[in-house]
Amino acid sequence: MTTDLRIAFLPLTDVAVLAVARERGFAEEEGLHLDLVRTTSWATLRDRLVFGQVQAAHMLAPLAVAVTLGLSQQAAPLSAPYKLNVNGNMLVMASEFAQALAPDVAARLDDPLGTAHDFATAIGLWKRKPVIGVVHRYSSHAVMLRYWLASAGVDPDRDVILRVLPPSLTVEAIRAGEIDGFIAGEPWGSAAVDAGLAEGVAIGERIWRRGVEKVLAFRTPWLEENPDSVDRLLRALVRAGAWCDDPDHHEALAHLLSQPHYVDQPADLILRALSGRIVPRVDMAPLSMPDFMLFSREATPFPWRSQALWIYSQLVRWKMVDHSAENAAKAASVFRPDIFRRALADSDVAMPGASMKVEGAVASPLAVGSKRGELTLGPDSFFDGRVFDPERIEDFLASF
Amino acid sequence: MRIVIIDDSGLRATVLEEGLREAGYDDIHIVPPRGGFVARLERMAPDVVLMDLGSPSRDTLEEMLTVSRALARPIAMFVDQSDESMIGAAIDAGVSAYVVDGLRKERVKPVLELAVRRFNAFARLQSELDEARTALSDRKIIDRAKSILMSQRGLGEPEAYALLRSSAMNQGKKIVDVAQALITASDLLGGM
Repeated sequence: MTTDLRIAFLPLTDVAVLAVARERGFAEEEGLHLDLVRTTSWATLRDRLVFGQVQAAHMLAPLAVAVTLGLSQQAAPLSAPYKLNVNGNMLVMASEFAQALAPDVAARLDDPLGTAHDFATAIGLWKRKPVIGVVHRYSSHAVMLRYWLASAGVDPDRDVILRVLPPSLTVEAIRAGEIDGFIAGEPWGSAAVDAGLAEGVAIGERIWRRGVEKVLAFRTPWLEENPDSVDRLLRALVRAGAWCDDPDHHEALAHLLSQPHYVDQPADLILRALSGRIVPRVDMAPLSMPDFMLFSREATPFPWRSQALWIYSQLVRWKMVDHSAENAAKAASVFRPDIFRRALADSDVAMPGASMKVEGAVASPLAVGSKRGELTLGPDSFFDGRVFDPERIEDFLASF
Repeated sequence: MRIVIIDDSGLRATVLEEGLREAGYDDIHIVPPRGGFVARLERMAPDVVLMDLGSPSRDTLEEMLTVSRALARPIAMFVDQSDESMIGAAIDAGVSAYVVDGLRKERVKPVLELAVRRFNAFARLQSELDEARTALSDRKIIDRAKSILMSQRGLGEPEAYALLRSSAMNQGKKIVDVAQALITASDLLGGM
């Protein structure tokens, strides 16, 4: 018997694993029929999930934490047992503004700390506050942008204007001069570059290597009541994720995602993030960034509780929520390594031995304790060299 | 009570506005969700904002309600979270409502109920329009197929139509599909 699952998503390259689970038959083999519901705003996606119109959603990790903490319109406990990807974002600025930064784009992207300081100086030269588009208040993009700006002493709530707009409207907004730049998931940064409207300023992966991006989110009560469907879906996604990471499949994947009911953008734009060949300025040769966006390797899907807590620490830092033991526990509970372990117990997926780690501590590929098989964790460092110990949140917060 | 409808489809907003006026609300404004609509909305200081659920600008609006000083305290969406049937109806109809200050929900509920009804009416209108359009284009296809038959086989119009109809019945297909196949075949064979 086939189980129907409705899953809401936004038109972004990182919906890849869900699209492939459906289109390449991985879900069908687990007895699932996936109905992928395209939405255009995170608010609508959130409402569809919270009010039970879909069973799961392709969701910004910080939004899942925020909804659980009651920060976003409707409070509801959400659970994320699976990370759909890490990284995949690019900060682009209108060429006019980017002129104030280091002219060598490759060097600029290689040195996020230096670029942050150049940007801070450029704000002083500019006659008004730069307006930077972010896709949601509770997005990984906003969190990483704030982290990056603050490293150079820029107060994101005082020195710049952060304007929320959905990814699909970013290119038009920069064309119309409503924003000076934006940070969004691919392919929207590449689309703005290709249109000759903007150039790359920073790459998410260079700010936090292996930074959390989209998760698969469920309402917690539904997740608890339907363990079988959840497990089957996770097994299908693991196989789809491995398929997506395989370089031999990138062209087919780009073509699949380019279709109108998925991302509806040219396949060659989408291919750039998948293959890690980023064009940061129009007519420039692509730069190789093999870790630009990951779906599967190095335990990408594993929902480390410490990562939910890192997100929480940033929400506290920017005074979006008060720190308390209760709030921290709620935030940590959003990521569900227990469900991930249960669903994939009988698979050959390498499983980390722990559910928390010190974030930012892995500087080069590291073999770690795993329940089965070999597991190597890729570098997860932050560009400013900080580390986040989930056992010592107060110390971390005091360090800013 | 000031109601702002954020919508870029003129027709849908008008359908909604008319309904609200008939129900006795007269302070109604329509704002398209483009450019500086946020600043405009702030100046209007509405009590209730109605928006199409499918609008990409919803995130922008919510952000404004969170940070705006002029529109403090976004208290509710879909009016009352405990009223599940109302929420379901609103989502189905594609309408989302924001109450931007401390209005009592008894005053807002009729507005939302009306909005849901009008949005549904609009959806019906839209699908009727689509059907009418399809019917029209079906007619054109059938007419073209008939004229092909009339010129190629020397038939009169009623005979050409009867031939299409009987072919459709024999093949268990719609007339328009048979007509389309005929047109395609005729094009492939070098036209009429």
